[in-house]
Amino acid sequence: MTSMLDLYARRRIVNAVGLLVSMLAMLFGLFWLCWILWTLLEHGLPALTPMIFAQMTPPPGSDGGLLNAIAGSLMMTLVGTLIGTPIGILAGTYLAEFGQRGWLAPITRFINDILLSAPSIVIGLFVYEVYVVHVKHFSGWAGALALAIIVIPIVIRTTENMLRLVPSTLREAAAALGAPQWKIINFVTLRAARAGIITGVMLSIARISGETAPLLFTALNNQFWNSNMSQPMANLPVVIFQFAMSPYEDWQRLAWAGALLITLSVLVLNILARVLFHQSATTH
Amino acid sequence: MFLHEARLKRQAVLDVLFRNLTRVAAFTVLALLLAIIASLVIGSMPAIRAFGFGFLTSSDWDPVMDRFGALIPIVGTLVTSGIALLIAIPVSFGIAIFLTELSPRILRRPLGIAVELLAGIPSIIYGMWGLFVFAPLFADHVEPWINDHIGPMPYIGPFFSGPPMGIGILTAGIILSIMVIPFIASVMRDVFEVVPTLLKESAYGLGATTWEVLWKVVLPYTRIGVVGGIMLGLGRALGETMAVTFVIGNAHELSKSLLMPGNSISSALANEFTEAFGELYTASLIELGLILFFITFVVLSLARYMLYKLGKQEGQPS
Repeated sequence: MTSMLDLYARRRIVNAVGLLVSMLAMLFGLFWLCWILWTLLEHGLPALTPMIFAQMTPPPGSDGGLLNAIAGSLMMTLVGTLIGTPIGILAGTYLAEFGQRGWLAPITRFINDILLSAPSIVIGLFVYEVYVVHVKHFSGWAGALALAIIVIPIVIRTTENMLRLVPSTLREAAAALGAPQWKIINFVTLRAARAGIITGVMLSIARISGETAPLLFTALNNQFWNSNMSQPMANLPVVIFQFAMSPYEDWQRLAWAGALLITLSVLVLNILARVLFHQSATTH
Repeated sequence: MFLHEARLKRQAVLDVLFRNLTRVAAFTVLALLLAIIASLVIGSMPAIRAFGFGFLTSSDWDPVMDRFGALIPIVGTLVTSGIALLIAIPVSFGIAIFLTELSPRILRRPLGIAVELLAGIPSIIYGMWGLFVFAPLFADHVEPWINDHIGPMPYIGPFFSGPPMGIGILTAGIILSIMVIPFIASVMRDVFEVVPTLLKESAYGLGATTWEVLWKVVLPYTRIGVVGGIMLGLGRALGETMAVTFVIGNAHELSKSLLMPGNSISSALANEFTEAFGELYTASLIELGLILFFITFVVLSLARYMLYKLGKQEGQPS
């Protein structure tokens, strides 16, 4: 009888210790992340003046802002998204609507999952090899192209998942009315999955707006205002990298401001995407 | 009647067109992968011809003499990722347990979302924080202690002694682990939620404690998926550039101590590629990229295969 009680006590102690440790793990994880966010706010907020949005990146030792970098980032993100999204949505549609048989769909799905987490610096190298080497200079187009390659797998993944959530009764109803397949897909299924697909696009924008590695060898950087996509282009991540690694304090301050800007926009995009998706999920 | 048939025919043609359009888009993904591999192989051809397989085992890195080897960056990449996993696996496991089994209902959603949001923070932020905040503290308070207490130990001592500089392989590994924790934790949580409630309830009904349910029901059921999630995290860690480049020290030196600066494939690329001069230097860097792509490709394939197997098992009586 006592050994029974011992066994119970031991099991309960093991249980309590195990659960306590997992709670500590949660706290440990949150601790680092809160610390990082706190540092970001502490250094970023004081540096975030209106000048940031009004002036160009300065040479060391003088005042300046991040205007050219912000503009460059916005342009390349926009072009990258515009190139990547249609390809992603079409390929995702293929996987969800036509991918039941044949060899292409399973292989594409597999390759896509690999590209989804492939090292982004390798994608930068790729664009350098196929584009920058041939035009012989770094350019905004090359940067946008590298970002587009990162967008495609994310959009494919979410598009396929969202289309699969659309009940097949909708497709059957449309087919019974005599609608051809391209109309069913474009006007019924894709429309029903619209909110989810937009969510995926927003998540991909969030992802590329912080990507640094693929831009290092493609867009490089530019100290001056430039709206010509075929020239090297300033962009926030590379400017942050260069300024943070520099020994100049005013450059480092600007880097913190840029880091805060990027993080805020990534967080806002993520939260918006979630809210949007949640709303559409509850209204269905 | 003719009009009707013509319209039907037109729709059929549009159908075929649309299907082929989507097929071309899907094919783009395949072409993209092949093009990436082909361009990296072609780009690294001069280095492959010059060094052969010796490239993998040589620790030379001498741009002036045009002698290059990949050993130091490969070791740096593997060691930093190893350290990162060593820390991240138990912590993310705890977080996933907390989120699926322990957390009070009200906290579950916000905490889950917080973890997912943090997985989305750009890696350059982790790198900056590591360089400006973590490394100085680590150099002042932790590394002297490591030197004094672990350094004199037999066997593992040599790995933990060196000047307290703050930056180095160990720091890079720790920053990397902080970065992959939310990532692995959210995959593990998703995997844990696959377990049918019926199974867990049966175990609870037999009188099992929460811990026992986790170890004897949830974990065996999701084993493949958990390993898949870890491999996904490993894939992330191996290819990560910015979080590592800031703090690894970028020194092409092979040293036993984890406190010394080193180099990883991605940080060597980030630092040297735009400044590389000469055909052989550039080609060697591209070959580093090829090696990195190969390693992550293998790891990610295994990860996907395992997660896929878990997905198949889901819903089937086991």
